Amino acid sequence: MGAVEKKRSTLAPAGAWDYAPAPESRDIVSFEERYGLFIGGEEVSPRSRAWFPTVSPATEEPLAEIAQAGPKDVGLAVDAAREGFETWSTWKPSERAKVLFRIARILQERSRELAVAESLDGGKPIKESRDVDLPLAAAHFFYYAGWADKLEYAFPGRRPRPLGVAAQIVPWNFPLLMLAWKIAPALACGNAVVLKPAETTSLTALLFADVCRQAQVPPGVVNIVTGDGSTGAHLVRADGIDKVAFTGSTEVGKAIQRELAGRDIALTLELGGKAANVVFDDCALDQAVEGIVNGIYFNQGHVCCAGSRLLVQESIHDQLVRKLKRRMATLRVGDPLDKNTDIGAINSKEQLDRVTELVEVGKEEGAEIYQPPCRLPEKGWWFAPTVVTGVAQSHRIAREEIFGPVLSVLTFRTPDEAVEKANNTMYGLSAGVWTEKGSRILWMADRMRAGVVWGNTFNRFDPASPFGGYKESGFGREGGRHGLEAYMRFE
Amino acid sequence: MAQALALPRSVELPGGGSLPRVGSVDAVALEARAAELAKRSIKRDSKIFALELAIRMMDLTTLEGADTPGKVRAMCAKAMVPDPVEPSVPHVAAVCVYPSLVATARRALRGSAVKVASVATAFPSGQAPLDVKLADVRAAVEAGADEIDMVIDRGAFLSGRIGRVYEEVVAVKEACGDAHLKVILETGELGSYDAVRKASLVAIAGGADFIKTSTGKVTPAATLPVTLCMLEVIRDVHDETGLVIGMKPAGGIRTAKQSVQYLCVLHETLGPDWMTPDLFRFGASSLLNDVLLQLRKQRTGIYRSPDEMTLD
Amino acid sequence: MSARLPVRKTYKLFIGGAFPRSESGRTLDLEGHNVARASRKDARDAVVAARKGVAAWSSATAYNRGQVIYRLAETMETRRAALAAVCSGRREVARAIDRVVWYAGWADKLSQVLGGANPVAGPFFNFTLPEPTGVVAVVAPDEPALDGLVARVIPALVGGNAVVVVASEAHPLAAIELAEAVATSDVPDGVVNVLTGLREELAPVLAAHMDVNAIDVTGADGDVAALEVLAAENVKRVVRAREDRSPWEIGAFMELKTVWHPIGR
Repeated sequence: MGAVEKKRSTLAPAGAWDYAPAPESRDIVSFEERYGLFIGGEEVSPRSRAWFPTVSPATEEPLAEIAQAGPKDVGLAVDAAREGFETWSTWKPSERAKVLFRIARILQERSRELAVAESLDGGKPIKESRDVDLPLAAAHFFYYAGWADKLEYAFPGRRPRPLGVAAQIVPWNFPLLMLAWKIAPALACGNAVVLKPAETTSLTALLFADVCRQAQVPPGVVNIVTGDGSTGAHLVRADGIDKVAFTGSTEVGKAIQRELAGRDIALTLELGGKAANVVFDDCALDQAVEGIVNGIYFNQGHVCCAGSRLLVQESIHDQLVRKLKRRMATLRVGDPLDKNTDIGAINSKEQLDRVTELVEVGKEEGAEIYQPPCRLPEKGWWFAPTVVTGVAQSHRIAREEIFGPVLSVLTFRTPDEAVEKANNTMYGLSAGVWTEKGSRILWMADRMRAGVVWGNTFNRFDPASPFGGYKESGFGREGGRHGLEAYMRFE
Repeated sequence: MAQALALPRSVELPGGGSLPRVGSVDAVALEARAAELAKRSIKRDSKIFALELAIRMMDLTTLEGADTPGKVRAMCAKAMVPDPVEPSVPHVAAVCVYPSLVATARRALRGSAVKVASVATAFPSGQAPLDVKLADVRAAVEAGADEIDMVIDRGAFLSGRIGRVYEEVVAVKEACGDAHLKVILETGELGSYDAVRKASLVAIAGGADFIKTSTGKVTPAATLPVTLCMLEVIRDVHDETGLVIGMKPAGGIRTAKQSVQYLCVLHETLGPDWMTPDLFRFGASSLLNDVLLQLRKQRTGIYRSPDEMTLD
Repeated sequence: MSARLPVRKTYKLFIGGAFPRSESGRTLDLEGHNVARASRKDARDAVVAARKGVAAWSSATAYNRGQVIYRLAETMETRRAALAAVCSGRREVARAIDRVVWYAGWADKLSQVLGGANPVAGPFFNFTLPEPTGVVAVVAPDEPALDGLVARVIPALVGGNAVVVVASEAHPLAAIELAEAVATSDVPDGVVNVLTGLREELAPVLAAHMDVNAIDVTGADGDVAALEVLAAENVKRVVRAREDRSPWEIGAFMELKTVWHPIGR
């Protein structure tokens, strides 16, 4: 390389360009002071007489009071679902379809309201609730609505029947979207449901109760019981359920599997992950950086399929990490309702503590922590986007699910080593691979033990695309034709 | 092909320490990123800042067969004082004209800081012998052009004669003398972002001060993703060589909203250092009035009529 | 002159393509034979063998797996008499062999029936394919001795899994006879492993084993709940027979992998 004259700008750059605040209006949603349970088509006060506040994780501001459902409440909800099932399952499938189509439409019509509610209650950036959660939730109902009267074509040679009452427990990372993943296929197949939203993010589920009312879902077909983990435990133990669908931590998933042992209750589990995102030296680098960022910082890393283990081919490690750090510096952390916010609030104090603790462990293990300079709001629960380099497979941060905006960077030398390291985990939910070589993508996709493999992309979701894990990431699939199987029995 | 001196180290030929790496571009992810940046919501002061900067970055352009000295003089007047009602509105960066009208523009702009840019090298097709192209460049420079917007030989590029494209850029750069060289890739004819990336590197290696998307005569002209693609090349070149290259999207940018989107892409790709007319230009003809209208709306809070803006 | 004494057969375990005695040296007197009583360590060895077996078997082409399973049917056919002697008789053997042939044909059709291309709303090609879950423990049903075993083992095999069978205590010989047919077909070593012995000793070891991916509890009777509790420790897939013959019986031992890739110039 010859000496290169560095050309200097004669005009001074215009200086820092700070985007002015661009908050989405929160007037579009109004919360009640208190929300009861949604049982048998009506809002009812909990027999437990217990309530708890739900707060905005971005401001710690209380938004509403939520019912803490006890065992009696759960029992009533299951009974109501049983009654709902008796009618719903006798409906003409084509009419069931129409109800689901209506729900899809109402979600589209009320999408801004629900998106704002989701961001307020859960802390996720409005651009994600607006552009991802809500459109996908509506699409999910639209997709399964179409299946409701075509079930006999889904599984050749089998006669499908609904299971009955499905107990569904969803997490706090995609509250309404996970509700849609659960309720849409269940209803399409003719089941009734009792859904328990996560303790910290019940509001959109409670607003969904109103969507059900608008769509004229028959009473008892959808029941919503709010509360903490004990409510979920009561639900799983309840007599009269035929199916449990759970999305959440592997630990709780195992407990549910044990709880159901010997009861012959259908079970699907969508649990944790520690996905490898494998980057080869021939990839489209800048797009890989985007994919890595989307893979781990999407939804503050509160994503079970997050690409939390970056496996980089050693020859491009430095270049890639440099690009990644620079890109991280452009991430805008702050008010979830600001349309320019890329990273919102950590969902709860408890989760923030866990993320903080694991990053501390990483430091102690000798890894190098990088966080771009960013001002975090004083109130609320926040964690700056973090990349941890110099990580080994043996480090806890490379093995445990952090469920936060923390990326561990490891290296590999050859495709075989990449596969070996990618699969060296008890999880198996998702994986990513970045290379321009078509045959290598397919070779890697074939060998990585994960339910979803993203080649040259990451964190893409679609109602037509089955989603679910290998190994301790759970079993059963949600989405697509395969997602129906979880809500049927066959004669 | 001569030794590509200005290329990043990794693009050097064997012997330079590493094998050539042109790099590649994933179209879907690139377009997704551009679309994401296009959704930035720019309000209030930050919008005024962007709109004024867009004006300062504008190459106000007329490149028609029907161009006349009168038309060019009118455009120059507008370039110097875009909004006579609002003197705080800055002048544009340059006017961009055919070589035969450079002298007219030069005279019309006397005493102002607005630069004269001229297209050259058998614009827009580039399908002429090299000596004709070079004569075109010299004529424009002699007539007073500060900046030369050349076109690459897409025929040569698409038929794999990359060395020829490179050598032409080198020759034009030499013919430019002190004039700044913008190299138009005509991205709409290159077929893929990979080709755009490769052409960008060749242009920069040959001595481009700026790389520019389009002539405005081919559809698609400038797009956000293709601009992002070229900005990423500029970033890579800067990372590896320290060389600072400018960018000019041209053609199809007609609204203030679009210009703000381009600035977001620039801002979040190359950062504040590139937020200057020295390193970023808009090639446009009708954009200016929309920016002026939006600027006035932003200042008054009232939606404006197009009739308020002069049509020069 | 005494009459000729028949040569008795020794029934041993089948692990990694070999027929070892139990490392414990213990046997059980079952069905008139001293049948090996496999230990926890034998179960461990069988899982190690199966893990090796699954690597080779799952990477074979579906066409090849189909041929190998068909070859098993051929071998069983030539051993009809021996097989008939350890089950309810020739009709059961015929049923079992026909079942093997039926499943052999599924190997290279599965992914078309169980998988598919998914029309996602975006510029992505997206497809779903079934893949073997890995190592499958099969608690064999007691009845029918041979066909009941075949009905559980073969669906797991067709999909590319390796199996560790806990043979029926009532009919261990059928499992070993089947293992001998397997050993003389072209099934790679370790793909089928058979443990004879006490179910209550062996099944919990496999149910709890962290390197077993799925457990078929069709033959587990009253132990199911206890086995399921153990299985939860690594989120094992717990499988029960649902249909007599069906591609979905194969599907129960399979994972679904969905692959996304952008479509762009």
